[in-house]
Amino acid sequence: MVRALALSAALVAATPLIAKEGHEAVTTFTLDNGMDVVVVEDHRAPVVQHMVWYRAGSADEPVGSSGVAHFLEHLLFKGTDTLAPGEFSATVAANGGNDNAFTSYDYTAYYQRVAADRLELMMRMEADRMRNIRLSEEDIVTERDVILEERNQRTDNSPRALFGEQMSASQYLNHRYGVPIIGWRHEMETLDMEDALSFYQTHYAPNNAILVVTGDVEPDAVKELAEQYYGVIPANPELPERVRSQEPPQTAERRLTFKDARVSQPYVQRSYLAPERDPGEQEKAAALFLLAELLGGSTTSYLNEKLQFEQQMVVYAGAFYRGVSLDDTTFDLLVVPAQGVSLQEAEDAMDQAVADFITEGVNEEDLDRIKMQLRAAQTYARDNVDGIGNRYGRALTSGLTVEDVQAWPDILQAVTGDEIIAAAREVLQPEASVTGWLMRDDEVTQ
Amino acid sequence: MKRIFATLIAFVIALPAWAEIEIEEVTSPGGITAWLVEDHSIPFTALELRFRGGTSLDEPGKRGATYLMSGLIEEGAGDMDARTYARELESLAASFSYNASDDSVSISTQFLTENRDEVIDLLRTTIHEPRFDEDAVERVKAQILSGLRSDQTDPNDIASRNFAQMAYGDHPYGTEGKGTIESVSALTRDDVVTAYDNVFAKDRLYVGAVGDITPEELGALLDKLLADLPETGKPIPDRADVTIPGGVSVVEFDTPQSVTLFGHAGIDRHDPDFFAAFVMNHILGGGGFESRLMQEVREKRGLTYGVATYLVPKDLASVYLGSVSSGNDRIAETVEVIRNEWARAASEGVTQKELDDAKTYLTGAYPLRFDGNGQIAGIMVGMQMDDLPIDYITTRNDKVNAVTLEDVNRVASELLDPEGLHFTVVGKPEGLETTN
Repeated sequence: MVRALALSAALVAATPLIAKEGHEAVTTFTLDNGMDVVVVEDHRAPVVQHMVWYRAGSADEPVGSSGVAHFLEHLLFKGTDTLAPGEFSATVAANGGNDNAFTSYDYTAYYQRVAADRLELMMRMEADRMRNIRLSEEDIVTERDVILEERNQRTDNSPRALFGEQMSASQYLNHRYGVPIIGWRHEMETLDMEDALSFYQTHYAPNNAILVVTGDVEPDAVKELAEQYYGVIPANPELPERVRSQEPPQTAERRLTFKDARVSQPYVQRSYLAPERDPGEQEKAAALFLLAELLGGSTTSYLNEKLQFEQQMVVYAGAFYRGVSLDDTTFDLLVVPAQGVSLQEAEDAMDQAVADFITEGVNEEDLDRIKMQLRAAQTYARDNVDGIGNRYGRALTSGLTVEDVQAWPDILQAVTGDEIIAAAREVLQPEASVTGWLMRDDEVTQ
Repeated sequence: MKRIFATLIAFVIALPAWAEIEIEEVTSPGGITAWLVEDHSIPFTALELRFRGGTSLDEPGKRGATYLMSGLIEEGAGDMDARTYARELESLAASFSYNASDDSVSISTQFLTENRDEVIDLLRTTIHEPRFDEDAVERVKAQILSGLRSDQTDPNDIASRNFAQMAYGDHPYGTEGKGTIESVSALTRDDVVTAYDNVFAKDRLYVGAVGDITPEELGALLDKLLADLPETGKPIPDRADVTIPGGVSVVEFDTPQSVTLFGHAGIDRHDPDFFAAFVMNHILGGGGFESRLMQEVREKRGLTYGVATYLVPKDLASVYLGSVSSGNDRIAETVEVIRNEWARAASEGVTQKELDDAKTYLTGAYPLRFDGNGQIAGIMVGMQMDDLPIDYITTRNDKVNAVTLEDVNRVASELLDPEGLHFTVVGKPEGLETTN
């Protein structure tokens, strides 16, 4: 079944794909001012999720202002010309809805979940705060305390999070991904009104945003509302190109130990600089995704088979690859040693197992089983259209296109064992790696 | 087609402007009862099985046995060892997950329609023929012990353990269901088998199913899966007394932010005042940015990233609990603000506008919960365990709307006890000391 949209070509820059029976019901188009729109239909319940994603995250921040993207995210819940501070969320709540926002390296996103017949109100308010926030000095001071407490809660109270910051800072020699999303404390403490407004005026514009609406909506109706509320906001002609300082060739293996009295369970983490999914060129990323699954994606994965079941050296092993990223990402390995096994022994066993995996080649049965699960995941995903919407939001703010998102499942299915081994040989290079030991600080008594 | 089992009740639940969720009570030929929402739009089913009792059924001195058992269910069954079993489950692309809480052990599953029979065969073997191999027992014990070691120096876990111990004393609720390093280290395969026998029985079973399955198919599935379970399991323990005294207890821990739990005795799910308390909690600390505590502690003073309160009506005791974290130099002020708000709500109550706003939110947001097959299956099982009627979803918003300002303010003055409020503070708080 094809649900074609009757739209005038002048209004719509692209209408690439419409739902097929049994597949995700996704419609996409672009407004005249450059704002992209993704609609995912699910008519089982009269609920809608309305999101606006900005192609602006912590890696787009100016030097010295780490944390400003996230700080601004908090400040968008203060006032505009027409909304008093706090009135945005209060209005969502008064309509029986929930709202929140989140910030990452490559994006900042705002969302509301609410009854489908309240979509227009959500759009009116979200469009308003795209250009019209009004902040007081008191807002700045109080909310800065809030983000510092957020940093306390997420990071400073957690040795694992502090260790992760050090790992990233060591991995990236020149790229902004080495700076934490929430910011370094000493820079967060200096964030002011000017920092926040400067980031806002530079990045918050329709031609830098993606509207994602999921749930009980018709694409035509979404389009009409989007034109009414977002379509009238002028594009920012000064919108800067997203140019970040890139990584030079990495030529020295790095090691670090992070000691903290609050660590009770030490572990070893290894990260390798790795290519991300690029538009029109996702094959290597697909191979790395499957490599992570085969090495450490489940209890049947290679590292767990060898290290947990056979050698009983670890209580847990995992491998991770975050393919959706604007710039170079990482491929990560993690092993938690069993009692009586040292971090060095665990690390050596991990390295030996990875080397053996590469030598032996991919077990085709294992690969087929993972591919079967990925096909099934597409069915399960239709139970959560908000999740599908998030997938588009992340991809479109990370340099990918709608076509790339839709091609990804087939690209994964086409990956061969040889391609996975080739990707492993290319990416798992010691020179581009960081090895970290999270350790007890035995000198401090508890 | 003749139904060989009785379909007792079917309700079409029409919330104003909201989804119609048709819950049907299905009783299998073998006498197993389940609530079903039939929806054929996506070719999979979510099936939730829950057994009342949970980790509170642990035998004396065997703390952690039920939790360990729930982790071992998926580590081999029938003629399959752990690794063979895991491969088999993966190849079917189904998911089975297990959770052991204070009051229940749950098995949450989802499976495709195309291989449902094979999945149910595997699930039957899983439930009826778990192997509990010695090597698997040791391996999973080591994983749990690793987690317990981490918990020992996690301020959130330290706070939970201390608060529970003070609130519930020697009752099973007073210690963690995961057990302690000492108790788990001593557990044997026999303890695991005992825990299995204690938990899995028909007298405590609740079932919810949502998705691409008919009542006839579900009835047959239930019998295959569950009819052969024993009739009875271990008796549920007695109720717990909530004994926590008012005041402050500080657990010294070298970390920059003090993690704090606060609370006192709460209100039971079946108390006639439960809905009034539910609405009152939303206004005080239960809801998003609009609650009084979020406004006072975060929005006005920037003392925290988040503060929230929860009514926690468990099967065997009820507490009213809150959590907050502030820097060590600011937590004393946070505690003072919270205690003042507690006292203000108890003595002055809430305003009509606050009550109206809370009702609008709570009634409007209720349908947002029903978003996904697994979610709905879980909600239906929760309703059954709380002994709610099958038409509860249609009447729930009426119960919220029926709460009057007088009800809320009376319940606020009865339930909120600023003197009895206990704060467990984990950190190096400045200006706070243990009071008792």
